Amino acid sequence: MSLLLAQSINLFAVVLLVLAFAMIAQRRILTLIHLFTLQGVALVAATLVVAHLTGQHHLYYSAAVTFALKVVLIPILLHRVIIRLNVRWDVETLFNIPTTMLLGIVLVIFAFNLAGPIARLSTSIAHGTLGIALACVLLSFLMMIVRAKAVPQVIGFLSMENGLFFAATAATSGMPMIVELGIAFDVLVGILILGVFMFQIREQFDSLDIRHLEKLKED
Amino acid sequence: MSIGGILAQLLAIALALALAPLLTGWVNQWRAWLQNRRAPSLLQPYRVLHKLFNKESVVADTASPLFRIAPYIMFGCMALACGIAPTLSTDLPLAPAADAIALVGLFALARVFISLAAIDIGTAFGTLGARREMLVGFLAEPALLMVLFSASLITQSTSLAKIVETLTHQPFAIHPSLAVAGVAFTMVSLAENARVPVDNPTTHLELTMIHEALILEYSGRHLALVEWAASLKLFAYSCIGLALFVPWGIAEAGTPFAIVLAIPVLVAKLAVGGVLLALIETINAKKRLFLVPEFLTTAFLLAVLALLVHVLLGA
Amino acid sequence: MRILDAILIVIAGWLALGLAGIAVLRQTSLVARVLFPAGAVLGVALAGLALAALFSAPQTTVLALGLPDLPFHLRLDGLSAFFLLVIGATTVGISVFAAGYFRVGEGTPPGLLCLEYHLFLASMAMVVLADDAYAFMVMWETMALSSFFLVTTNHRVPAIREAGFLYLLIAHVGAIAILLCFGVLQANTGDYTFANMRAQSLPPLWASVAFLLATAGFGAKAGIVPLHVWLPEAHPAAPSPVSALMSAVMLKTAIYGVLRVGFDLLGAQQWWWGVMLLAIGLVSALYGVVFSAVQTDMKRLLAYSSIENIGLLFIGIGLGVLFNSYGMTALSALALTATLYHVIGHALFKSLLFLATGSVLHATGERSLGKLGGLMRHMPWVAWLSLVGVLASSGLPPFSGFVSEWLLLQSFLFTTGLPDSFLNMLIPVVAAGIALVAALAGYTMVKFFGVVFLGQPREPRLAHAHPASPLERAGLVWLGAGTLLLGLFPVPVIIAIDRVTQLLVGSGIADTVRAHGWLLLSPSTPERASYGPLVFLVVVSLAVLLAVALVRKLYHGRIRRAPPWDCGYPAQTARMQDTAEGFGQPIRQIFEPVFHMRRELPSPFDAKPSYRVTIEDHFWHWLYLPVAQLTERIGRLVGRLQQGRIAIYLLYSFVTLIVLLLVVTA
Repeated sequence: MSLLLAQSINLFAVVLLVLAFAMIAQRRILTLIHLFTLQGVALVAATLVVAHLTGQHHLYYSAAVTFALKVVLIPILLHRVIIRLNVRWDVETLFNIPTTMLLGIVLVIFAFNLAGPIARLSTSIAHGTLGIALACVLLSFLMMIVRAKAVPQVIGFLSMENGLFFAATAATSGMPMIVELGIAFDVLVGILILGVFMFQIREQFDSLDIRHLEKLKED
Repeated sequence: MSIGGILAQLLAIALALALAPLLTGWVNQWRAWLQNRRAPSLLQPYRVLHKLFNKESVVADTASPLFRIAPYIMFGCMALACGIAPTLSTDLPLAPAADAIALVGLFALARVFISLAAIDIGTAFGTLGARREMLVGFLAEPALLMVLFSASLITQSTSLAKIVETLTHQPFAIHPSLAVAGVAFTMVSLAENARVPVDNPTTHLELTMIHEALILEYSGRHLALVEWAASLKLFAYSCIGLALFVPWGIAEAGTPFAIVLAIPVLVAKLAVGGVLLALIETINAKKRLFLVPEFLTTAFLLAVLALLVHVLLGA
Repeated sequence: MRILDAILIVIAGWLALGLAGIAVLRQTSLVARVLFPAGAVLGVALAGLALAALFSAPQTTVLALGLPDLPFHLRLDGLSAFFLLVIGATTVGISVFAAGYFRVGEGTPPGLLCLEYHLFLASMAMVVLADDAYAFMVMWETMALSSFFLVTTNHRVPAIREAGFLYLLIAHVGAIAILLCFGVLQANTGDYTFANMRAQSLPPLWASVAFLLATAGFGAKAGIVPLHVWLPEAHPAAPSPVSALMSAVMLKTAIYGVLRVGFDLLGAQQWWWGVMLLAIGLVSALYGVVFSAVQTDMKRLLAYSSIENIGLLFIGIGLGVLFNSYGMTALSALALTATLYHVIGHALFKSLLFLATGSVLHATGERSLGKLGGLMRHMPWVAWLSLVGVLASSGLPPFSGFVSEWLLLQSFLFTTGLPDSFLNMLIPVVAAGIALVAALAGYTMVKFFGVVFLGQPREPRLAHAHPASPLERAGLVWLGAGTLLLGLFPVPVIIAIDRVTQLLVGSGIADTVRAHGWLLLSPSTPERASYGPLVFLVVVSLAVLLAVALVRKLYHGRIRRAPPWDCGYPAQTARMQDTAEGFGQPIRQIFEPVFHMRRELPSPFDAKPSYRVTIEDHFWHWLYLPVAQLTERIGRLVGRLQQGRIAIYLLYSFVTLIVLLLVVTA
């Protein structure tokens, strides 16, 4: 049974990765939020499994915090943002989506190779997932780069944090509780600030297209 | 090769030929129910086939012999595909003749012939359908191959029968790469079987149709064969999916009773699969044609991702 | 008499036929009806002798030709025997076809054409026999020159002359690289025989330099990206039998060169050579097939398809090198078997297709896909035989292209134990690339066959298209039958190829293949992988026949002929069918960044609206035009030396002499 549980960590890791890919391929903002929520669910499940297997109780708490924050609070906030800003329309991308995904595959190969030697040093139960976590981070970064609107960028940022969190949980059995709580509040504060920021952009330029920010440059 | 094996092989093909229209009818029925419509009878596809076979075949003046032979070739290819996909038993004498790669080639062969037949008439619709069908095909075919490869890498074999045997024999394990491959396979199957969100099997709207544009000129017994072959294709894809992702319940060599038991198991699995297919078709909207390559590229790259995950995790 | 001597007699026979052609310079019927068929007979003899040589020990001889004290060393081993077999077997079909093809008034007089053609054949055969750099280079250059003259058969057309010069230029750049490669290989011993090069063990750096030079040199001849630009120009310019010969056979001599240098002359290999070849091959294959899918000229389409196939061959060789460098000789043999299988398979089906375009060209006078269509009714032989070639080219079972694709994918699948994680991840990506290339090749070939032979004639005059002559048909039948046999009986072919892989990497798959009988092809065990093309064909045919019989038996077989459904719009014409542009449109859209595209769209107010789209290679603008501009600029600089007065030129010579004397004394 515990073997199956250990394998299920790999499964959740792959689910995270596939969701990160799906975010790159997705044009609709609403679906992006749903995917992000799903990523949160996978993260919570993985954390619970790691907690159960290693018997580290603080991981249960961080799973609870993650659930409250990433599955409930932030998606609700994002929903309200897109309703208030009325930005449910399709996302514009810099490259076309197949090209972006091809870049994604290259990033995955890069991440997997990079993580190989590091993972061999780790003794954690799910050290193989380090590469996947790294790939998630890079994919989210890619998503932030290629999206032209502010909301998908914020989602990309949050998804990147998911990847980092997962790396910490899976590869090193979690960070100290106080650090995790700190990060959780940071993310919350971050999203609030970004939310305000988005309203400001909107008021200034009547659009959420961040290419307008280029006008702010002083010549 | 044993007598039992040959019997099992013949039984598998006969069962596929008999059950394939039923599966189509089942999916149609559920689709209607899920969409709050009154459903046609489960046996409707058989009636349609019977009617079509009895009608005279109207062939265009401009058709060459290729047009008339293509439905038969498509039908033969799909029959062989159902013969080598492990449906009831893994003891299939035909299985060594065509492994997973040849199976993909078989589907491609059928596609090429039916597309050529569509071009043959020389109307705008036929060529349009052929072009769209080949467009779907050139992205779906490598994706399907990569899905099968991820199963091959786990089991160290490209023979479908052997893949199923290995997957059922080894202790139950979660293969994350197979999970990714499963998503890709679902997407490919939808595209290859002309289902929503790629194509709509019931549409005749020229802006969107793919498969129906392809077979627009067929009538009578030729159309019956094409429809039957399409049912067989859906059946073959379902069985491949079941064999890769839910391999349990398929009989092995030298167990005659297991085959008898395998029939209800297969029917049950197909029934569940059919409902899922109807559900997917109901909750999705049809994509614009220009978005289809994007959809299929996603499937292809997911399948590649499955292979990469396999290499990383070694499982 | 030894086999090598007999082969030399065959080659001499070809030369004699060529000279006889000079004697009867303008008697077309004599050249066509006697000399070309005689060349085909010699081709049969060459193929038979090569097959015998494949299963016998290597033979060498020294021909006292050429310069004094610098004789031609010749050697006939498994590798050269295999390529002679390819040359011989393909030539038979092409020569028979050519006998029915060449007519009066195609530029070069027929007798001269006969000389160039047979000189081309003889030089290709000699290239694979050469056993020293001198003989190799002489024959290589003869090959390039004779093919140049063949390409420019219609030399009165300026575009054809330009294509010929481009070909000659790139061929010579490649030849220089090959020459330098031999220079590195002889390792300052001054002995340019291959035997000496084999004996040298170069330091890794110099070995790599030699290999890079060989890849560039032979790659230029093979048409790998970015040295491919001559191929789509030269193939359409040449008469069809010549295009067939160049694409099917001459490109293969470049593959021979890479194999000879990479596996035979250079001892130890390095893993990154394999990766480099894989990358080159994958890029060439994808590039070739994507461009092939958007072409509107049927011969250009086939030329780009050749680039794709050369890419696949390079992938196979790369995989072979990669495995061999890690000592996995069995896997290396598998990959090389796939490569060599594709060499012979491609030689047959591509010459078949090129010859078919020749027949179409003669029947209609039209090369542009947009003006063809519906030819299956007028030339059924050509159409059905092309269908064989098209299916083989698409890599569909049970035809020959599928066997090599299958073997190649198998060699990818058996790769699990490479000691480097990066390589292990590279392998699935390349396999995915191959699968994509194969599927796109299917798209391209459906377009080619569908637009040329199916549908309704797009021009009224196509109704007068006449069927191919009996000799043309005979040539096509030979190649079509070869393609079918290659697809259905892979085991004997693999047993023959085994002799080559034994020579190259000391391992082969014949023993395991032989163990499972000739019906079933299985490179390791049937549990792992197996493929039985004959069973495959029999079962599909049985199913088809049963279906026909049952439908006939149970139901009536009535058929009514009617006009095709016009969608309620009766004013349809044949011009409303999808053209080649239309069929390529999805590919143009998906792979847009790959093309350098120019589009002219009509506006609503045009009196005579026209739509035009031209597709060019990016490499013209990225690589060739800058090089050309640079050359011109340097030329202008050098041009300043030109003063027009003899005294100044004498002064240049005088100064040079003084400087040289100073250097020598210092």
